[in-house]
Amino acid sequence: MTPGVLGDRFALYDLFAAYGALIDASDFDAWLDLFAESCTYHIVPLENYERGLPAGLVFCDSRAVLEDRIGALREANKYNIHTDRHLIGLPRVVGAAAKEALVEAPFAVYQTDQEGESRLFETGLYRDRIVSEAGILKFRDKLVLLDTFAVPSLLSTPL
Amino acid sequence: MLTAEIWPTLDYSRVPYRLYHDADTYEREQERIFRGPTWHFLALAAEIPGNGDFRATQVGDTPVIVNRDASGVIHAFVNRCAHRGALVRRESSGNATEHTCIYHQWCYRLDGSLNSIPFRRGIRGKGGLDAGFDMAAHGLRKLRVASINGALFGTLADHAEPLEDYLGAPVLAQLRRLFDRPVRVLGYNRQRIRANWKLYAENTRDNYHASLLHEFLVTFGLDRSTQVGGVTMDARHRHNITWAEADSDTAEVASEAYGEARVRSNYLTLREPELVRFRRERADPLNLAVTSVFPGAVFVQISNSLAVRQIRPRGVDEVEIFQTMLGYEDDPPQMVLHRLRQANLVGPAGLVSMEDGEAIELAHRASRPDGDSMTVIELGGAGVISDRDYRVTDVPLRGFWSYYAELLGIEPAGAVR
Repeated sequence: MTPGVLGDRFALYDLFAAYGALIDASDFDAWLDLFAESCTYHIVPLENYERGLPAGLVFCDSRAVLEDRIGALREANKYNIHTDRHLIGLPRVVGAAAKEALVEAPFAVYQTDQEGESRLFETGLYRDRIVSEAGILKFRDKLVLLDTFAVPSLLSTPL
Repeated sequence: MLTAEIWPTLDYSRVPYRLYHDADTYEREQERIFRGPTWHFLALAAEIPGNGDFRATQVGDTPVIVNRDASGVIHAFVNRCAHRGALVRRESSGNATEHTCIYHQWCYRLDGSLNSIPFRRGIRGKGGLDAGFDMAAHGLRKLRVASINGALFGTLADHAEPLEDYLGAPVLAQLRRLFDRPVRVLGYNRQRIRANWKLYAENTRDNYHASLLHEFLVTFGLDRSTQVGGVTMDARHRHNITWAEADSDTAEVASEAYGEARVRSNYLTLREPELVRFRRERADPLNLAVTSVFPGAVFVQISNSLAVRQIRPRGVDEVEIFQTMLGYEDDPPQMVLHRLRQANLVGPAGLVSMEDGEAIELAHRASRPDGDSMTVIELGGAGVISDRDYRVTDVPLRGFWSYYAELLGIEPAGAVR
């Protein structure tokens, strides 16, 4: 049994499974629902993180910015036509308390173009703060640390 | 063999696609342009503040180290051992008292000179180097280094003109404006685009595409072609400043030009309006200043996001855009946060700039199969290359090609400059 907020460990696994599947299905409304009402989302190159430099590729210090990024993706941005496939490793609980848990999970995202060619797009590590809202686990802070900080082509859909 | 015959016109309004795809051309560019009489942004003095601090950088595809020696003097040299050609310094940044190649431990001082060679006299009088081996002739190849307010430039050519002459007055003024007080690095980002490096160099000089490809600019009222703006070049037309003034058009004018559907009420449709809000920092009204320095440096102000980009060619079919995000040392915390938020606009995931990667990959991909075809560069008119005080223009691309032709030794007689 996991102490504190996590309760049933399967709920944690479900959260991560849904996270990748909803991006891959381009269901961003449902994906946003996995985040707490007050949340942050950052994609940071490892070379910045290791040097203590604050700039990210995606810097959402509030839910409003995160929703604006999704809005721009839908309404304004043009990007490579592709599908994503998230492969997310088992989440590792780094710290768990009554109100929140710190969880890490490795990921790889493959992209496939219109000709059916797939390539490794990004690999890295999620470092997340997870809370419970009305009994449902949500991402309070999601940090996407990019091992692949030389980004191939461009980064449009969330990781 | 590339000759002046390649140009269909004397004003560079036509550029054959094979210049983007020919491997021989790529090698000639590295020799005549990147290792030729041009200056290259290397790094910021602020990135190597302490004695012994070093950073790895590139000039074209040549690996370079820039560092500060024990007395604080900045040196730059090619990161290639004089012995076997191995990369000497493997780390991308750090602090050192010397640089030692791991292969045979040839050791170099922080000014690039060769300091010591193991077993130079052999062992027990046998082996080693001849007594006449000249240590002084086997240092790391040095670059000339010059600084504009802490922006460090280097050149591999002894005969390159002085940096300030190379840049010219308008570009110099822009750099002094951007670096008017000490900067602080907020972070780096890298984008690897499967396209020839010149497509990116052209893209930064192409004012015409900005508000068409980058729909976010127009949709959210950040930057529109109806603003007061234009292009300003150096006398040789090799560099370019694309500029625009904040709040210099009206929603009515923009709606008429773009069509009602594409122009929203400024800011109102964003949940976080700070993403695009321009906080004026200087006496001048510029909210866009993109300064392209031939061949591979771009100094960027988009609203309050500030950056330097290095165009790093990786062979004829790939380029890395290495971007250093900047703020100022005296930025209050709220301004730092504002810049970090507006960093969302630029880079490989930029709300404004992500499209560039896609657009130039498309151009690279479809232009390859037919190298005898050519691109059309006529926005703002063909013929004379000159500054423009309007935004629907790509004239600075022709300036780029003019200087390119000169350096490659393929400038046709009677061509415009």
